Amino acid sequence: MQKRELLLGDEAVALAALDAGISGAYSYPGTPATEILEYVQSRAADYGVKASWSANEKVAYEGALGMSYCGKRALVSMKHVGLNVAADPFVNSGVTGVGGGLVLCVADDPGMHSSQDEQDSRYLAHFALIPCLEPRNQQEAYDMTREAFELSERFATPVMVRIVTRLAHSRADVVTSARREQNALKLPEDVSGYILLPSNARVQYDKLVKKYPLLEEVAAASPHNQISLEGDRRVGILCNSIAYNYIREAFGGTIPHPFVKVGMYPMPKAMIRRLVEAVDEVVVVEEGYPFLEEALRGITGAGKPVHGMLDGRLPRTGELTPAIVAKAFGIVSEIPFVPTLEKLPGRPPALCPGCPHADSFRAVKLASGDGPKVPIFSDIGCYTLSFYPPYNAVDSCVDMGASISMAIGAAHAGLHPVMCSIGDSTFGHSGMTGLLTAAYEKLPMTVFILDNGTVAMTGTQDTLLTGEALVKAVIGLGVEPEHVRVLSPLPKNLEENARIIREELEYKGLSVIIPRRICVQYKR
Amino acid sequence: MKQDIILAGVGGQGILTIAFMLDSAALARGYRIKQAEVHGMAQRGGAVYSHLRFADSEILSDLIPAGQADMILSVEPLEVQRYLPYLHRNAVVVSSVHPFKNIPDYPEEKAVLDALLELPRAVLVDARQIATAHKMPRAENMAMLGAALPFLPFELADFDPFIRAQFERKGEAVVQSNMAVLAQGFRTGMAVKERLDAGMPADVAFRETHPNP
Repeated sequence: MQKRELLLGDEAVALAALDAGISGAYSYPGTPATEILEYVQSRAADYGVKASWSANEKVAYEGALGMSYCGKRALVSMKHVGLNVAADPFVNSGVTGVGGGLVLCVADDPGMHSSQDEQDSRYLAHFALIPCLEPRNQQEAYDMTREAFELSERFATPVMVRIVTRLAHSRADVVTSARREQNALKLPEDVSGYILLPSNARVQYDKLVKKYPLLEEVAAASPHNQISLEGDRRVGILCNSIAYNYIREAFGGTIPHPFVKVGMYPMPKAMIRRLVEAVDEVVVVEEGYPFLEEALRGITGAGKPVHGMLDGRLPRTGELTPAIVAKAFGIVSEIPFVPTLEKLPGRPPALCPGCPHADSFRAVKLASGDGPKVPIFSDIGCYTLSFYPPYNAVDSCVDMGASISMAIGAAHAGLHPVMCSIGDSTFGHSGMTGLLTAAYEKLPMTVFILDNGTVAMTGTQDTLLTGEALVKAVIGLGVEPEHVRVLSPLPKNLEENARIIREELEYKGLSVIIPRRICVQYKR
Repeated sequence: MKQDIILAGVGGQGILTIAFMLDSAALARGYRIKQAEVHGMAQRGGAVYSHLRFADSEILSDLIPAGQADMILSVEPLEVQRYLPYLHRNAVVVSSVHPFKNIPDYPEEKAVLDALLELPRAVLVDARQIATAHKMPRAENMAMLGAALPFLPFELADFDPFIRAQFERKGEAVVQSNMAVLAQGFRTGMAVKERLDAGMPADVAFRETHPNP
């Protein structure tokens, strides 16, 4: 039974996983991957699958691995930097291998639309010695995700599906295919592969290394890796999936040069060698880092001139666009209209009108007075937007949970008072371990946990730790109850909130201030 | 047939709702579709855009190449400026005249509108007036969608099922009001289009279709 549906790239991955017979889907919200789990949730009852947010990506990955251990198929999805958090189980799941199909969909964010870096997950797949499929459109996102489950079970390996923002958040018509039944529960016949004691791990790692050439053979024969030697051989093109779309667009549909398009990794080395032998020079176009280009150049060079990000033919940073790719081949379109206003102001995102964070930071500002600016170690969430005036309340933002942990270092360095701010969901994700460390050491710090009851920035997903449960967790981690202060961040409470904050800033110990008010987006 | 449209506005103005309506109508008519949108941080009051492409053959790039868009459809007049380099020579700009001022350095309103009216095919519409006349102040986006329809291969009635799908949970009155806003936007857009097609300059066409500013 085939159906044509309009789907985001994220949704195509999710629907493919459902149709492939997953029994569970695991994730933590993060742009541009959030909609994968949201879509699974929207169809969970119909398909009879477990689909809930995990506290962080590491927990999500391990949940998926546990499902796979029991013989069932699982999807785990996250944004690119989320895979840093999940890197430990990710890399080691390559070593253990899997039972039921385990597919990781990771959404990279070239151009950093909503991220702090633009790391390329293809390197991580290579690092873990696992295969990676890279769809070029929404249809391939569906088809490759289904294929990834087959591949995963055939080779007992996790498989990565790497997408990028432009695919994740772009909609297209997709033809779907018949649903497959879920796997039955089946425990591994030999559990030793999952017990990574050094003696077992050495055996497993040897198996993994021997598996890789087999995966190379599969990738070499995969229809996702394409070679054409037709056309003008003065230039050959090596590209990955999204770049391939832009190249075809630039040439009006048909590429007039020999080319290799890579859509499955391990990269097809023999195919790339054939291309290089056939042409005078190679232009490499990739959405992401110069992964193929670096491999092609190696240390001693490709034997032919190579152009790409590393010689400046294409920009090393940022997202590809059709215009950037066209320009790399000397194609420039006419631009008849340009902005005519003398000065075009930017329009950065901002805290919403009525946002509780705004009231919290007004109170912090009032409490801090006119003295020298005290840095606030901040974190990742809507409150990071309080960097902008009039709040100016962010002095660092690095990774999930770094607020409290960096404040620990600042306290050790002798700074006082030390302030840090983190949201309720980010605290549940990676803040608790930092607070546990600070409480154990009884460090003089003031920690703001901004409890707005939801994961706001990514679109109000469920937070796992809010309200009274959050207060209990904070006390449970060792913070003295009399220095856990819950505030109501409302304009009318400004003076009172500032007074409480001032008290805690003067206290030479650890205090946690929890401004608690539901997100205005959540109420809608 | 191909249509490349840049949808523009400010986070919260309902740009992605317009995108959903156009996608659905294009799918129902059997077109191939690509529609890239912005999620995450920008939706918090920042500049929001979407690249919407539909055609009767395969569409390659999710993004519209610069110099090739057929239309900018914007719910905010200043936002049009950012995307002008995407347009080809005969493209049309359909924009609301009402500014969304959530930034301290918003330019003088008259300069913003004058810049738009210098474009050869500018369709300016007082979407706020249309929306508030139907007691639907948040439906400026639907008025603008209506105003764009005379330039697109759709009928007004194509949108009935998607308006229903989008607003049904808010009651029949809201469904009907949205349909009425869409229809009035359509009539205004059509009135401007007829004048532009007859060779009237955009500023005169705007004044003739908006007698009581």
